Amino acid sequence: MRKCSLQNLETVFEKISESMTLYIPADTKDGADFTKWTKGVQMSQALNTNRSAKDFFFPQTEDLVEFKTEGKNIEVIDTRKESEDFAVFGVRACDVKSFDILDRVFLTEPYDSYYATRREHGVIFSLACTRPAETCFCGTFGINPAEPGADVSMWKTDSEMFFEANTEKGKEILKKLESVTQSADASDVDGQKKKTGEIMKKLPLSDLSAEKFGKGMTSKYFDSPKWRELSATCIGCGTCTFVCPTCQCYDIKDFNSGKGVIRYRCWDSCMYSDFTKMAHGNSRNSQTERFRQRFMHKLVYYPDNNDGMFSCVGCGRCLNKCPISMNIVKVMKTLGGEDNE
Amino acid sequence: MNNRKEALIPAVGVITDIRIDTPDVKTFRVVTPDGKKAFEHKPGQCAMLSIPGVGEAMFSITSSPTNTEFMEFSIKKCGCVTEWLHQAEVGQQITIRGPYGNPFPVDDVFAGKDLLFIAGGIGLAPLRSVINYCRHYKDRYGKIDIVYGSRSKEDLVDYKEIIDEWVVDPDINVHLTIDREQEGWDGHVGFVPNYVKELGFDTGKTAIVCGPPIMIKFTLDGLCSVGFDKKQIYTTMELRMKCGIGKCGRCNIGSKYVCKDGPVFRCDELDELPDEY
Amino acid sequence: MQKINSTMLIEKAAQLLENGTADRVLGWKKGEFDYDITPAVFNSVDQIKKEFVFGDFCGANLSKYLVKETRKGDGKVAVFLKPCDTYSFNQLLTEKRFDREKVYAVGISCEGMADIFKVKQIAGDGIVSVSSDGENVKVETLYDGEKTIKLSDVIAERCINCKSRKCVAYDELMGEEGEIIDSDRFDMVSKIESMSEDERFGFWQNELSKCIRCNACRNVCPACTCEKCVFDNPDSCAQNKAPADSFEEKMFHIIRAFHVAGRCTDCGECSRVCPQNIPLHLLNRKFIKDIDTFYGEYQAGAQVGSRAPLVDYTEGDIEPGEAVMKGESENA
Repeated sequence: MRKCSLQNLETVFEKISESMTLYIPADTKDGADFTKWTKGVQMSQALNTNRSAKDFFFPQTEDLVEFKTEGKNIEVIDTRKESEDFAVFGVRACDVKSFDILDRVFLTEPYDSYYATRREHGVIFSLACTRPAETCFCGTFGINPAEPGADVSMWKTDSEMFFEANTEKGKEILKKLESVTQSADASDVDGQKKKTGEIMKKLPLSDLSAEKFGKGMTSKYFDSPKWRELSATCIGCGTCTFVCPTCQCYDIKDFNSGKGVIRYRCWDSCMYSDFTKMAHGNSRNSQTERFRQRFMHKLVYYPDNNDGMFSCVGCGRCLNKCPISMNIVKVMKTLGGEDNE
Repeated sequence: MNNRKEALIPAVGVITDIRIDTPDVKTFRVVTPDGKKAFEHKPGQCAMLSIPGVGEAMFSITSSPTNTEFMEFSIKKCGCVTEWLHQAEVGQQITIRGPYGNPFPVDDVFAGKDLLFIAGGIGLAPLRSVINYCRHYKDRYGKIDIVYGSRSKEDLVDYKEIIDEWVVDPDINVHLTIDREQEGWDGHVGFVPNYVKELGFDTGKTAIVCGPPIMIKFTLDGLCSVGFDKKQIYTTMELRMKCGIGKCGRCNIGSKYVCKDGPVFRCDELDELPDEY
Repeated sequence: MQKINSTMLIEKAAQLLENGTADRVLGWKKGEFDYDITPAVFNSVDQIKKEFVFGDFCGANLSKYLVKETRKGDGKVAVFLKPCDTYSFNQLLTEKRFDREKVYAVGISCEGMADIFKVKQIAGDGIVSVSSDGENVKVETLYDGEKTIKLSDVIAERCINCKSRKCVAYDELMGEEGEIIDSDRFDMVSKIESMSEDERFGFWQNELSKCIRCNACRNVCPACTCEKCVFDNPDSCAQNKAPADSFEEKMFHIIRAFHVAGRCTDCGECSRVCPQNIPLHLLNRKFIKDIDTFYGEYQAGAQVGSRAPLVDYTEGDIEPGEAVMKGESENA
């Protein structure tokens, strides 16, 4: 384990920036967001960023390919340039777990090279939580916010930042940082880990259990009358989907730039009315069906295909951002409640 | 990294022949710019065709894998991509990627079985590839029956091929029907599900059904009522797709992705999916 | 703290169901915490008694739900409307978006709603409970115990600049009728107008580039009730789910602002729901201010059936050229 004083954190940032672009959570007037580090940019004290860290690997929009057409002929051009290395600093345990969930989608054959390239070029410095919010429920999905994982785990105390490498990539970068960090004892952060563990038990959502959900539960919940009630005032926007670190549905669209056609992909949402619309009909006509799809996918369908792993990490972003304050916690409590037995 | 196939980047294809099948169905022959087959496929698999600036859509490959020279797609006019294709001329380039999805189990489950193909309207398109594959390797299968119906004689897809090749083939029985009486038609008149019942097939056959949802539903009910088991019946599905590789989420039903886990399903497998198709 | 409290509304809602005035009630439902209130349709007295709530976090404007709710069968739906919501209600009626006969509207006075994001910014994370006594907000947190903050510091922006505490439409009123307020709601618009062209462009570029195209602003907007939005219509040439370039990024919001111009009642729901905190209401307020300047003061939704200046012609209307020149000289 390595450490540096918080005063010297900037020298660590400087050192990392020598070989790659560095993003850190920084405060904006609207809360924290990952920001490209340049000298003077301060690390935010906020618990988490507004937007999740998935944006680094699965951005809102990205160009896939370009076409030049002339008469009846088409030329297909892969316009991607060599990707640059980058580091993301201060990713919380929930978002770290979301990479696992996304990897299982994008990195299973057939492999998504756009996502994969970014994963290969990105180094993740995770940061342990010490003050989880009332909206946090990562514990429900077995995530320990005091052991955040990824390439390098970090723990921040009042005066110091501790670093522990978890992967080869992590070891490599910590080696580069040797000149600006000192060696430390792993037991230095034991106290903090224990304290966080105690706090986790006191969180208002600490008793939320996912036990009633998971593999093979489709028939138990699919026809539940509760879906109608839960979705009654859903406005059908994509907020939950887009702030979610694990939602990965996308659309592929063509844009005529005037010089050629750019085929790009962009985030899409199963909450949108046109998501499954075809020339001859729509397989999910009502908002209730669309709402059900999103939660069934997170709590049943994804676990079905991924050894029981849920595709929710309990980050709480949807709790904070949904225009009508409807969210996965309310869905789990309502569906899993006693009167649904 | 570089040897990995780029799943979302298509190749260029050239339309070398356009056949008018019915008033709203045309069959397009596609090869690579250097005149070869774009890729190998198995019966029942699909490909993504696109016209840059118009869009991309999934189509079943209607030619048999045994055709080594080109691929064919029978396409009904029903949306922007298909409308554009219907206006295209020979020589037009498009883009193509694939193959996608699971094929019909022609080499294992179907081997040695009597096969009963039941199609309605454009539903013949995905089955044509299987039918011609099975005809090519007819020694591997038992008896082959084809029941095919459409609204009218003009709406029978691949009518020329059916008459010139399938009907004259001594090893297969072709049963055609149209919905309503029509001048110049002396064949059977009536809906496909009823015709299937009338023909009274041996329940030991393996059935392969494709057509409009309502036709599939009644055909399935009919087959089951005469003693077919759902495990003997196969069908192929269509849902909105974008990526074709089970990632974009659009064709997700329950824990299945139609593009990746389908489009071919055995009917008892469909029963396990939530009713959303 | 609201003068009208949960108990009073629960009683009213239950009464409306029991005496057959309505067969369902649109209201607000308790959340996991004190602040995450969900709009809900209540079908039974039992449900109302268990879950109905009204308080400082019931900001959601329920009027738009009437479009959908009134299409379900013949029964009547009762709805609770705060003063600003009644303007949306009238505007929807003016546009014939729902059948008035199928609605029983209860107007309720409002003292302004709190903004949970402001509360969190001041009180920090780990909020266990929030309550107010009309002057102060008591916040209990996981880490710093109990904190008292001034209610005025956490009132939502739209309520600080409240334009009217008057309920302009109802079948029944709870609380005081309220007054139209001479608010400072155009101050920020004036400030943006006084920026240089580059500054102003920079301001909007910065704000709108945060947009994630979740459509929350559009879907919540009571003025956005098209059966098929141009941005969802594949035949419109404008369908896009994400900005393909920096022009399209702005286009969505500008087109939307144009489309609701003269119809926007300034309810502020767009900015309330924006997950990226884009001050979208300022675009709409700019249009309202311009309409006031060029055509005389007009408040959408103040009356049912009023003809908005942009869809009406009077001989006194300003010539378009004049309006442009006036705009240019003001921005010079």
